[in-house]
Amino acid sequence: MKILVPVKRVADPNNANKMKVSADGKQVVSGDLPWAINPFDEYALEAALRLLENGASGERSGEIVIVSLGVDDVQTTMRQALAMGADRGIHLKADESALDSLVVAKALKAVVDAEKPDLVLMGKQAVDGDSNTAGQMLAELAGWPMATFAMSIGLEGNTLTVGREVDTGVLTLKVTLPAVVTVDLRIVQSKAVTNGVTPASHAYPDDIRHISVKGIMAAKKKPLESKSLADIGVTQAATVTYSKFELPAARTGNTRYVESVSELVKLLQTQAKVL
Amino acid sequence: MTDVLVVAELLEGQLRRNTLSAVAFAKKVAEGTGGSFDVLAIGEGTEAAAASLAPFGARSILTAEIEGGYLAEKYAPTVAELAKSRSYGVVAATASTYGKDLLPRVAARLDAGVASDIAGVSTEGGTLTYRRPMYAGNVYGHCTISTDVHVVTVRQSEFEPAEESGGFTSSEAVEVSSEGATDRIEFVSLVAQKSERPELSDASVVVSGGRALKSAENFHTVLEPLVDAFGAAMGASRAACDAGYVPNDLQVGQTGKVVAPKLYVAVGISGAIQHLAGMKGSKVIVAINNNKEAPIASVADYFLVADLFKAVPELTAEVNKVRGAG
Repeated sequence: MKILVPVKRVADPNNANKMKVSADGKQVVSGDLPWAINPFDEYALEAALRLLENGASGERSGEIVIVSLGVDDVQTTMRQALAMGADRGIHLKADESALDSLVVAKALKAVVDAEKPDLVLMGKQAVDGDSNTAGQMLAELAGWPMATFAMSIGLEGNTLTVGREVDTGVLTLKVTLPAVVTVDLRIVQSKAVTNGVTPASHAYPDDIRHISVKGIMAAKKKPLESKSLADIGVTQAATVTYSKFELPAARTGNTRYVESVSELVKLLQTQAKVL
Repeated sequence: MTDVLVVAELLEGQLRRNTLSAVAFAKKVAEGTGGSFDVLAIGEGTEAAAASLAPFGARSILTAEIEGGYLAEKYAPTVAELAKSRSYGVVAATASTYGKDLLPRVAARLDAGVASDIAGVSTEGGTLTYRRPMYAGNVYGHCTISTDVHVVTVRQSEFEPAEESGGFTSSEAVEVSSEGATDRIEFVSLVAQKSERPELSDASVVVSGGRALKSAENFHTVLEPLVDAFGAAMGASRAACDAGYVPNDLQVGQTGKVVAPKLYVAVGISGAIQHLAGMKGSKVIVAINNNKEAPIASVADYFLVADLFKAVPELTAEVNKVRGAG
């Protein structure tokens, strides 16, 4: 089984509150925040590894191909994904600020046509643009079924049973491969992914795996090819363009520290007027 | 002049109230550009939904009755065909998990650009400019879309539900397209959580608990009385959901619901960036936490530095007194 995992680099998501906007408002500036793999893509890669391995013995089958769009420097982030256990990478050269979901979906569709994976497993959204659209668009362009917001995946033969975390509860779908699945954060819970190979007694940690030194060494030798979007026949320009960025208005006033419940209640009544 | 098609969200044969946020958006665009808006009720129970939608001032209410559970693969072709044949300028839905699942598929069929989870729209100069949160709500971007049709999902907490405008719009059944990649997908089940409390996404008060509550039992015995004293919806942090204290659908944040109530009370929640992304639009934020350095302080208006197990029952009693209950 071959799984394609699109991976986007984002500015350190745990410091998203340190993002700035350039003086002319035309650009978002991440300053010296380090790049990281988009967390939801990392979860997708972890899920891909769990689908293709025996979690108890560590034995792996199939192939995991990662694909990234971006400037040459995204290869650094791609190597991290290779160190985590992906087998090879495809780098599509692009100026990240000139992309939108439709361009990304078309680029991924071209990669899908060439690579013919059984499954595309990706994050539900990238935590920079927060759009949550590329996976769905790719599925429609490919004419494939999809399951978004996946919190559990069970693989049986050619079929995935996917639990989707939706607003009203859990919606369960059965999809026959090939398909697109976008994952939410609970996909990394201990028993969220089952493949019929890993013994039911095996408990993964409720998180992605750590990158080992051995993994980092191995990643250096893994194949990583670089192409332009034109090479794969994608010439479309972004249809969504940003004219301006701004930081949200600061919350009014400072935090008022209170020591007692009665003081809080009084403030909520007389000052905030919400009680 | 821009005509808008709103895709309504149905659940168990009824209109979901969150649809009214997308209707409010559509009204704004129609009024700002001199256009009209229609609403499409698609799925099971469209007749009842059409009746609920009748008084909101739409030009037409369109119904596409499709049996079986919701599948984006099944609904997208009908929505896209309609958008094409009737030349809408915008196709919109509320940015629930339903809208976010369905509309990008529609966009791909239409080769259209998407602005998702928008917080605002401007019609100045006849150009639609969308304002949307990015970077977990730490940056807002203003964008335009160059394709003939725009696909837009609307953040519920940023668009007050549309109000009835008095008229009565009759409904019209539209053709259901049978295209679409439906042969390899099957709806198995929807296990929905039921609650007597207000819905998280449109409650005027939300009381949320974090890991510091320590158990499901404590959520029940300590937090719930406060939730009910306020007549609030109950929310939770990721950590509390992951620990199994409460069901996942109560999670507030980047995963989970985005809320912006009049009052948000965060009990024992430290305030990870992913949680703040889901609640910092609230009008008044109260934090109850024994650690005054917790990151929730960056958004809290009032911060009660206290042991929650002492403070919450006391606050519950006070709120009951003020609100004239218990």
